[in-house]
Amino acid sequence: MNLTTIDWLIMLLYFVFVLGIGFALKRFMKTSKDYLQAGRSLPAWICGLAFISANLGAQEVIGMGASGAKYGIVISQFYWIGAIPAMIFVGVFMMPFYYGSKARSVPEFLRLRFDEKTRAWNACTFAFMTVLSSGISMYAMARLIQTLHVFDSLFIHLGWPLQWIFHLSIILSALIVLCYIFLGGLTSAIYNEVLQFFLIVAGFLPLVWVGLKNVGGWSGLKTSLPQAYMHSWQGLGSAHTNPLGVDWFTLVAGLGFVLSFGYWCTDFLVIQTAMAANSEESARRVPLIAAVPKMFFPFLVILPGLIAIATPAVMRHTMGQAAPDGMAGTATAGAENLNAGKGLIPAKVDPATGKIMLDTHGQPVLDYDLAIPNMLLHYFPTGILGLGLTALLASFMSGMAGNVTAFNTVWTFDLYQAYIHKGASDAHYLKVGKWTTVVGILISMGAAYLVMGFNNIMDTLQLVFSIVNAPLFATFLLGMFWKRSTGHAAFIGLVGGTLAAVLHHGLTLSAGASPGIHGGWIHVVHTYPSAMALDFSQAIFAFTVNFILAVVISFMTKPRPESELVGLVYSLTPKPVEHHMAWYARPSVLAIGLLVLLVGLNFVFR
Amino acid sequence: MSLDLRIPLGLMFLIVGAMLSIYGFVTRGSEIYFRSAGMDINLIWGIVMLVFGLSMFLLGRYSDRHPKAPAVEGTDRPLGHGH
Repeated sequence: MNLTTIDWLIMLLYFVFVLGIGFALKRFMKTSKDYLQAGRSLPAWICGLAFISANLGAQEVIGMGASGAKYGIVISQFYWIGAIPAMIFVGVFMMPFYYGSKARSVPEFLRLRFDEKTRAWNACTFAFMTVLSSGISMYAMARLIQTLHVFDSLFIHLGWPLQWIFHLSIILSALIVLCYIFLGGLTSAIYNEVLQFFLIVAGFLPLVWVGLKNVGGWSGLKTSLPQAYMHSWQGLGSAHTNPLGVDWFTLVAGLGFVLSFGYWCTDFLVIQTAMAANSEESARRVPLIAAVPKMFFPFLVILPGLIAIATPAVMRHTMGQAAPDGMAGTATAGAENLNAGKGLIPAKVDPATGKIMLDTHGQPVLDYDLAIPNMLLHYFPTGILGLGLTALLASFMSGMAGNVTAFNTVWTFDLYQAYIHKGASDAHYLKVGKWTTVVGILISMGAAYLVMGFNNIMDTLQLVFSIVNAPLFATFLLGMFWKRSTGHAAFIGLVGGTLAAVLHHGLTLSAGASPGIHGGWIHVVHTYPSAMALDFSQAIFAFTVNFILAVVISFMTKPRPESELVGLVYSLTPKPVEHHMAWYARPSVLAIGLLVLLVGLNFVFR
Repeated sequence: MSLDLRIPLGLMFLIVGAMLSIYGFVTRGSEIYFRSAGMDINLIWGIVMLVFGLSMFLLGRYSDRHPKAPAVEGTDRPLGHGH
């Protein structure tokens, strides 16, 4: 990649602003609330944009572009069915409990509603997952910098070995994220997430524009792609008539209900931004504001994947195979793997043999993860290329930052203050919060190297995340909407649901996979048509087990007196009033508007 | 927080936009624009970012000079009617 001075200047300017925001916010960080909860003082629009940016890490951007290139517009369902209903639900129904209960974190809400053990379980699993996710983000960023040869010319110029690029990327990103969170806490993380949101839009909108223009506009794109690529509901009648290998019920129940509600309504990574809003009304509006850009993001991150397939390949602008670890600079745009590819997407090359990898049908395996990077390289001249790259780097860093701030809040309030050192001064907890940031970043770096050292650790971690998250929503649903549910029931349901997910994973496998990390490690009793079908069904199973266990055990145990549950359970809490707000600012009106838009989009791309 | 995000955000877009549009103006007609479908994307997008940055910056400055009453934290319950 040939970056010129202007590209470097844009990147540098971004880093100056990121650190500048941290320094500017430092003087406002006086209490643990300022630092870990942004003083609960931010306007709804800032929290709303941070709410979706927290989830929009670069892995997500690159992954969605890759899936778009592989499956087509149907992947938008991860943004539509798989997000919007849950975001509406958390805004309209759940936020009054999170915000109104004065809980400082999601695990703390669980303690208020249920008991200590349920909180401890959630806090420990969540803290563990956030630092590891941050490490994965760090690793992915270093790999991308290697693959795109961002620093190669600089290293060659300085006479440094190219193997150091990976280490430098890890250390540099860790230092920058550490610096701005250490100084400005959650506010700094949220501000930078908003900056990242605008950068992603500024970097990807011209990409889509230029790309579409090049392939002959929307109609040109349609004619150059297989017909199924442009539809999001076609063939979902059966798992065997669509490329995802899932039927509509599994998609709606698994992705649209269990997984999506489990993530958007309970994950403190996103909820922390809404809880930083300046009033309960603002907090309720946060996910609803976030839902608007979320709905249109497929056009920014999935569409480039489709354009990459439709673009006739011009080799000198694009990359071939991703560079294996520690071998940056050896990957060149091999003519062979681009010829075997599709559009801008090259075929994968086996690093050991140097030959193109073939699937079981003898077709080349494509490296879809290069869809977005190759689009940037293909369509962007120097100047705006710097902007596109900065947008990608920004989303990696804010993905890390969100995880780190969620970790330091949960560690400080839910683990340290609750179990290690109770009753200390606020200044003490502020200090603990700050130093937890350092520890969180160090653990993330360790995780990044762990992922680098062991090939299958990434898969294992993703598996652990999906197993822990699968049953979660049942616990919150029962907790908030059924006053009879008890702490023992919540805890046993949660543990039981997690075990059910483990068992399901051990007993099932997806077609074409071999038993092991991808399932079936106990005994294969059922085979799903695709890995996605296995994931979604596992979530449905874990949720159901948690739900049933929690209901049965609730009837067997003694519920808490109703007076203790006011503000925590729907039927015992006064409903928030909306009549003093302008009609267009009312959460219920916003929710209906969003639903209409969602139906409209699904109708257009049916 | 008394740092209005629109000020640094606007400033950053303003500077990046100015850099891109100046660079785009200087390099207009250059062969580097073959890849962006013949459009001087640096100039066009630079101007878009400049205008966006300027409006954000001005909005931020305006509300900084006309501060609203401080927000009251949360909304105290009970609100409306329970059942």
